[in-house]
Amino acid sequence: MDLYTETILDHYEHPHHTGTLASPDVHVAEYNLLCGDRIELDCAFTNKGAIADVAFVGSGCALSQAGMSILSDWSIGKSRNDIAALSHDDVQSMIGSPITPARLKCALLGLGALKRIYEPYHSNS
Amino acid sequence: MTIETIKKEFPIFSRRINGKPLVYLDNASTSQKPSAVLDALTNFYTTSNANIHRGIHTLSEEATERYEATRKSVARFINAAVAEEIVFTKNCTESINLVARTWGHASIRRGDHILVSALEHHANLIPWQELARKKHAKLFVIPLTSSFELDMEAYDKLLSRKTKIVCVTTQSNVIGTRPPMKEMIKKAHAVGARVMVDGAQSVGHQRTDVVSMGCDFFAFSAHKMLGPTGVGVLYADYDILETLQPFLYGGDMVTSVEREHAVYRDAPWRFEAGTPNIADVVAFRAAIEFLEEIGMDTIESHDARCVAAAREALAGFARVRVFAPESGASCVAFTVDGIHPHDVATIFNSEGVAIRSGLHCAEPLVKDLGVPALSRMSFYLYNTMEDVAVARQALEKVFRIFSLTSNP
Repeated sequence: MDLYTETILDHYEHPHHTGTLASPDVHVAEYNLLCGDRIELDCAFTNKGAIADVAFVGSGCALSQAGMSILSDWSIGKSRNDIAALSHDDVQSMIGSPITPARLKCALLGLGALKRIYEPYHSNS
Repeated sequence: MTIETIKKEFPIFSRRINGKPLVYLDNASTSQKPSAVLDALTNFYTTSNANIHRGIHTLSEEATERYEATRKSVARFINAAVAEEIVFTKNCTESINLVARTWGHASIRRGDHILVSALEHHANLIPWQELARKKHAKLFVIPLTSSFELDMEAYDKLLSRKTKIVCVTTQSNVIGTRPPMKEMIKKAHAVGARVMVDGAQSVGHQRTDVVSMGCDFFAFSAHKMLGPTGVGVLYADYDILETLQPFLYGGDMVTSVEREHAVYRDAPWRFEAGTPNIADVVAFRAAIEFLEEIGMDTIESHDARCVAAAREALAGFARVRVFAPESGASCVAFTVDGIHPHDVATIFNSEGVAIRSGLHCAEPLVKDLGVPALSRMSFYLYNTMEDVAVARQALEKVFRIFSLTSNP
């Protein structure tokens, strides 16, 4: 089964950066309403507005939760421009599994959450 | 043709999915089509294609005759008194919208009560939400009991002289619950309410008799009962149907037209504006005849055997929760502790097994069940005990991939 690689399953069973931050600069949420997938993401910024730390809590399929875990690892130290430039293809290659169109929205849930942290509405930096 | 050998009548079962023979357990979404239906479709386009109710040439007469022959078959199939009680639409959803927009628009007033059951598919919920909003009427929900049946005591309390329509399905598309239709309809009529029945899940799976059921409106789709997509049916008691204003306006639904006004045809043609889905309606007749040849009672008991086998197979897994109302038919909904239904469905698909996962177009019902989403196996006449066994193996694979023991 190609989709459920060891990487995906490992991140799903032992996700990185889970929980909440003691004093987050922003708190965002992203949902796949049709699947019932959910991610809530805390983020703290450096003085220059880059990502200092993230933490998430979520529920949903393996792909959505593992995807957020993988993106959390990647995101530390990244700037607003890095996040803005992050594409669907980038996420797919980070996940590394072939993803069918029906499962794409699961894989991209974490990307949606990351993009939200720099939305003016949420940001105080 | 017998139910034991029926799979070979369906060409799609020669397909392989991910290298495995197709095991199709998503029949509550749509059914597969037998050669008889595919041949009828090709035959119509090859020999009789023309527009209906218009020409006096041979092809138009033949097309009209074949289109109207399906109307008669449908009436016979659900035991409607006359073929004129059958309206063709594009799907079950459109049939229900037709009732909400015509009967509902004319009959619902501020403060009236509309009752919908907790089991409803979005198709028999949202049209009534909209109607209630526009008319300042009140929408009430007939709740579920803890055993996933409709709560008849609560229903009795909700019913009153203010109730103008009760909207209820013959069978839940998610958990298979079959409400007591005759009892519910009798009680609704006793307070002067009409009853809108969504028959989409049951009409291809059990004998339907709209007269003995006593419903005012009964909606369903051809595609869930071996027929083509794009054909819906609305049955309505003719005494009601003939009083309703048209739903859509244009060609074919008129008897005479002047620049400023038009005279509309009698029901049911008044509700079929524009060129209808002629070929698919024609081919739908072959689906009905196919079902009649097998026999609806045979199909119902075959479904029941599949459901019993599936429930038994799932009962072997402690981590699996099965939603099994006593009245449940044709499908088995389940969740796997610790694994999202989309992951379950993806792994089933890798074994060639098609199941549905998610909210099943019944989001409020899934919330009532207390789960974020669920998986569903739904059966039909071509499914076999072997299919259930393959599904069971697929479930074992789910546990293997996620390194969970199936019985913690």
